[in-house]
Amino acid sequence: MLPSELSAEQFRAYPPEARQLATDHVALFRELPVSFLPILLHEVIAYDWKFPAERKDLDNQLAYLTALPAGELQRAMAGFAKVRLSPELEHFDWVNAPEAFSDRLSAYLWATHQIDAFHAAAVDYLRRYTEVSPPQPPPMVRLGIVVLGQGVAQNSYPLFRKLRPQGVYFKQVKPDNGFNILLEAVLARAAAHPIPYAHWYIDGGAEQAVSCPALSRVSYDALASVRASLLSKMEKAIQSGIGGPEALRTMLTRVRPEELGLSSAPGEAVLNRFQVSVLTEGSGTQIFSTSFVQWTAREALRRAQPATLLARFAPRQRQRPMNELISGKPSNITLDPQGSLLDADMGAYLTWVNQQRLAGAEQSSFLVWFEDHSEALAIAPSLPRGTESSSAIDLGGLLAQIT
Amino acid sequence: MLNYLKGLTPHQIAQAVSRDRRDFLRAVTGAGAATALFSLAPLKALASPRGRKVVVVTFGGGARDEETFMPEGQENIPHLLSELIPKATFFTQVINRGILGHYVATASLATGVYETFNNFAAVPPDNPTVFEYFRKDLKRPASDAWVVAPSNGFNRIGESGNRSYGEGLGAGVILPKRLLTAALSSGGRVEYQHLLRDNYETPLYTPELAGNEIDLEQLAEILKLSVSDFTAHARSLASPDELSVYVARQLMRQLAPSLLWITLHDIDIAHSGAYSLYIEGIQRSDRLCAEIWDAIQIAPEYAGRTTMFILPDFGRDSDSDSGGNGFQHHRTGDPLSRTTWMMVLGPGVRENVVVDRAVESTDLVPTLGALMGFSPRLSQGKPLMEVA
Repeated sequence: MLPSELSAEQFRAYPPEARQLATDHVALFRELPVSFLPILLHEVIAYDWKFPAERKDLDNQLAYLTALPAGELQRAMAGFAKVRLSPELEHFDWVNAPEAFSDRLSAYLWATHQIDAFHAAAVDYLRRYTEVSPPQPPPMVRLGIVVLGQGVAQNSYPLFRKLRPQGVYFKQVKPDNGFNILLEAVLARAAAHPIPYAHWYIDGGAEQAVSCPALSRVSYDALASVRASLLSKMEKAIQSGIGGPEALRTMLTRVRPEELGLSSAPGEAVLNRFQVSVLTEGSGTQIFSTSFVQWTAREALRRAQPATLLARFAPRQRQRPMNELISGKPSNITLDPQGSLLDADMGAYLTWVNQQRLAGAEQSSFLVWFEDHSEALAIAPSLPRGTESSSAIDLGGLLAQIT
Repeated sequence: MLNYLKGLTPHQIAQAVSRDRRDFLRAVTGAGAATALFSLAPLKALASPRGRKVVVVTFGGGARDEETFMPEGQENIPHLLSELIPKATFFTQVINRGILGHYVATASLATGVYETFNNFAAVPPDNPTVFEYFRKDLKRPASDAWVVAPSNGFNRIGESGNRSYGEGLGAGVILPKRLLTAALSSGGRVEYQHLLRDNYETPLYTPELAGNEIDLEQLAEILKLSVSDFTAHARSLASPDELSVYVARQLMRQLAPSLLWITLHDIDIAHSGAYSLYIEGIQRSDRLCAEIWDAIQIAPEYAGRTTMFILPDFGRDSDSDSGGNGFQHHRTGDPLSRTTWMMVLGPGVRENVVVDRAVESTDLVPTLGALMGFSPRLSQGKPLMEVA
């Protein structure tokens, strides 16, 4: 089907808010190339479960495109319009299955050597859009905190190597009550600016109990039954000969929270959909808690664009060696704190990179602390770069320096 | 452009390589000497031993510069840096312009054409493989070309679907993990971990279609290795790649194939997001490459007549591309994920030489053709004159 043939009736299977949004913009959709529109619809169809920042961005994109005069819209879409599609893709039901279309489009672009041109078209489009509608900084200076190294008694690995050029490496941090100090600071920020999904606490183990409605909490342990349920679902699908990894991926994208024992009730659906997406779209998140924390932090930053993020890594399970595989007997799961420390060190760096992609990056602050140890690194506009400090300082003092 | 770095220490070479590739020429002294050297006679005229053998080692699941040749990554590749690079001609820019999926990319390496089939499908390459060119042109028996590969789809890599080549002209394929699974069929297996280790990006889905892949009984016959010995030895190994190298060494001992292709895959654990396991994979690959080279040097059938090529199939995403997630995947198609390196060692190959011009991964097959004396007619690449 061609976009020019679209009618509002074709969005009847969309969730309520998405349906309304699509219906309101049918006239625009009819003008967009088929290599672009399904990707936009992929966002539209998930509108009911998007975070406020995502909704705002999608609203702004639709407003931007709608406001473009015909000639400018054509120019903005020129790169996409040049993409050659197969008849199979053109006839695909991209209105109702935009996700599956995107997967097939991606494979087709790679196979026909059009992926670079498509990428360039996307970059050009985003440049045009952000020039007109630049992203807005958060209502308060953004603060990212990463806590890592839980369970490591002694360490010789040089931590924070990638981050040291960006800030101050503190070597004499007083670890006493450190995590609680950090969590209290996050709670205080959430209480001061109780904006939905603006403050996050992600834990790779069991989360520390707190009572704060404005704090979005996600933890690996709390999702244990969900993970088990998902793995079971995957295993069954594989054993049934679902048809290959791409079919498995498609199946996973359709998993709903209630199928895994999570609520879809209003008020919980957005966060639960997010948690399911972390487990179904993130590679390794179902198996390794370190991958779970890193990917959750990435997705929270990318999607919710929070003002505050606290991510605490915990030891992941050890990779099973070959002899266990051969034995055929599942052994007790053991943890790998030292390996997890390396995972988390890279995870902290990637978290900072992802934070820096957001509006207001030049004002934002970042702190990473080796839990229960004396090493930390802080990045803030007020701090020099690439330096070290041997001054004794507690985590409250560190936070005071960067916020 | 050829740069002759003889006299530099491995560390200095590594430092030079690790700089921005475009700045590399400026970092190297003696460019004039390089020009003079370049005008020398073609290398193949210098040494063309009879009974030449070639071992190709690819890394399925490439490693990025920053975890290898950049200063902070050099600690992960001590064997490549200290033992192999000093003996090698090293290509710093090998560009892969094809699909960045491991099976299709490795197939592209083996055909010299950017193959476009579905990476996850159990299909043969469309274009003739290096094994078919080698066997058909040089009239070599089936026992003279072998592939040892991970089990996720590689069972069809031995021979293409090309009508002029194809069936009966390809390489034998050994998938050690698949064999191990078969050997353990009655013993049960640890469920999910096994799936994860088998194919990190897409859990499970080992295609079932048959290729030129040997089964357990054939393994016992060809390698003179009983199933019980095979599983017993496997029990002592730490990773699938160690198992692959073990099988490759058995092949070298028993059949001494002239063309042996080994694809390592441990590094691809990076898809699980565990950075430490990715680094372990790099360190293991580094060690295994040195072990393969050492095995070549002590094997009578190989010593002094074997050229070894080592190259990742492609790179991994950069930290700066928002479409990726750093080291974890190779999905963006950014320059870092498309650019990798290659080293070539062996008799007649100039040592301590760094080649900084951009070459393509499809140049491998024509280079092997020039080296071994077959004609890869349908390959898109060009022979690398520095080593061919």
